Amino acid sequence: METALFVPNAKNIQTESAEIKPAEDETASTASSQAVPRETEHCVIDVFSMSPAIIQVDNLTKRYGDVQALSGVSFEVQEGEVFGLLGPNGAGKTSTVEILEGLRNADSGRVSVCGLNPEQESNSLKHEIGAALQSTALPEKMRVLEALTLFSRFYKRRRNPDELLKRFGLEEKRNAFYSHLSGGQKQRLALAMALVNDPRVLFFDEPTAGLDPQVRHEIYDVIEELRREKKTLLLTTHYIEEAERLCDRVAIIDHGKVIAIGSPRELKQRSGDTTRIEVRLARPAAEQALRQLEGVADCRVVDGNYVLHSARPPQTIVALVKYLEAGGNELASLEMATPSLEDVFLELTGRRLRD
Amino acid sequence: MRHTWKLTLSRMRLAMRNRAFLFFSLIMPLAFLFVAMGIFARGLVNATSYILGPVLALTVMGSFWGLSIQLVIFREQGILRRFRLAPIGPGAMLASSILSNYFLTLPTVIIEFALARWFFHLQSWGNLWAVLALVTLGTVTFAALGLTVASVTNTMQETQIINNLIWTVFLFLSGATVPLPRLPSWIQKLALFLPPTYLVEGLQRALTERDITLWDLRTELLALAGGTIFSFWVSQQLFRWEPEQKVSRRAKVWAASTIVPFILLGVWEYSHGPLLRNSKSAFDTLREAQPSPDRTR
Repeated sequence: METALFVPNAKNIQTESAEIKPAEDETASTASSQAVPRETEHCVIDVFSMSPAIIQVDNLTKRYGDVQALSGVSFEVQEGEVFGLLGPNGAGKTSTVEILEGLRNADSGRVSVCGLNPEQESNSLKHEIGAALQSTALPEKMRVLEALTLFSRFYKRRRNPDELLKRFGLEEKRNAFYSHLSGGQKQRLALAMALVNDPRVLFFDEPTAGLDPQVRHEIYDVIEELRREKKTLLLTTHYIEEAERLCDRVAIIDHGKVIAIGSPRELKQRSGDTTRIEVRLARPAAEQALRQLEGVADCRVVDGNYVLHSARPPQTIVALVKYLEAGGNELASLEMATPSLEDVFLELTGRRLRD
Repeated sequence: MRHTWKLTLSRMRLAMRNRAFLFFSLIMPLAFLFVAMGIFARGLVNATSYILGPVLALTVMGSFWGLSIQLVIFREQGILRRFRLAPIGPGAMLASSILSNYFLTLPTVIIEFALARWFFHLQSWGNLWAVLALVTLGTVTFAALGLTVASVTNTMQETQIINNLIWTVFLFLSGATVPLPRLPSWIQKLALFLPPTYLVEGLQRALTERDITLWDLRTELLALAGGTIFSFWVSQQLFRWEPEQKVSRRAKVWAASTIVPFILLGVWEYSHGPLLRNSKSAFDTLREAQPSPDRTR
């Protein structure tokens, strides 16, 4: 159903996409019209043989004063897909989502959600989408059930507030004031409110930011349930685990640009079949020398640690220890892990996601 | 319209749960009624009618403070942002704010009337339809003026400073606290350009003049109706959902322009109008005031 190809630069995009020969002509036209990140060093072409995308974003730009928040963001989301925008704080995730929700206007670019232009058809769009903002606030003295009932009455299509209370585990808090809810309960209410109009597309902006692990996992369960219901969901996150666990596809975004796009598995394959070995040394070592060690595909210095990507970890570790002994150096710590989206981000930007 | 009504009911519920709202919209006006009547209308029957005018006016004018502060709090806390995601517009948000305030102000006005009657021997109800019309238009005008201020201020502190400045002018230069005929001549002329002057003077006439009709109060009613329409329109145009939405210089000019209807009316009143004369006639009723048969302690 889906093909993802990494291409080294924008010039090659056209060449690569022209080389892709999907089974049907319709697919080919979709592929050629597929929004592709421009001006990016690394990107993926997604080829769908499905219906037209329910969210289309093409070459979106947005500037706040001197800050260029978005520099040509492009991607598409298919109906029933859980799509993640993964990136560090300030990458442009929230700006993108808020433009899609109709809360902000883009400086340039083309956006379509459910076939509607969020800037010009904002009111119609609001009936089709549900959104949980990065931080939702309600009047302190508003009760939980009141909030759901009030907001549901603004829509043509609506869900039963009692059913939403049950689904989000807020039954016991139905008569509680908003100010008396915990952070997790407030967030669950925000997600429940996003569903009051039974929307076609959901936007969750950092749905688990600042929550403790237990509450975070409760929210993951809710999102997975929505996924099973084939709801289209676009969520932004800076948590690797969240993107890997919940998303069908992920767009990695940094400095207002999409730098990679594909399913988590495809993106991780970008790092090849390597294992990440992160070491801290007693004294600094030459990066170039570490790169020469057996099995090492890549070596970078991140936060004073050396991050090696190795195709043969045991041999690399043995070679590393020998190299350090020969130079009178010592290992302070060593961690090994299979590649994650963090590694993809690191490889593409030279920085950690949380930086 | 349906959304406005749902929002109005919700805002009324929220306000009823807010102790600060109950204090400022019920307890304080009633305290002011007792203080004003106790000091100025002690034992003078006609004075009760005359003093009740500014007491009601101040109750109505309270919407200026309450709604502007509420709007800024909602914007600062991101509450407006959540409402913005729903298919409702600035008109519904503002109208519900004004309507809920109006419905919650009416009981205070009625209680003030009742207390004036039973505690301070109010002899005549005046023209109740005129009082209702003035209270209605006054509430909406001052609420919309407050919402206009909130549209061009960014923080609570800024709103309080600007509100205080405007409120001081409204309070002391319009006859709301000191009877207009007792103020220096130049202040009386300045008062012709201020919205509360028309509310205070209209209420005093509606309460003190026998057989007064709505037509007799056309200047006051028109002034407040004009203020209502223009201020509401401007506040709707300048409405901001987000704290970071910048306030343009043009928006500030529009906000300042809400005083334009009153400047035009003030110019007309200054050259042709009977407001100051009427105000003096109403004030003169105090001279005819008779001690009440049963003095209030």
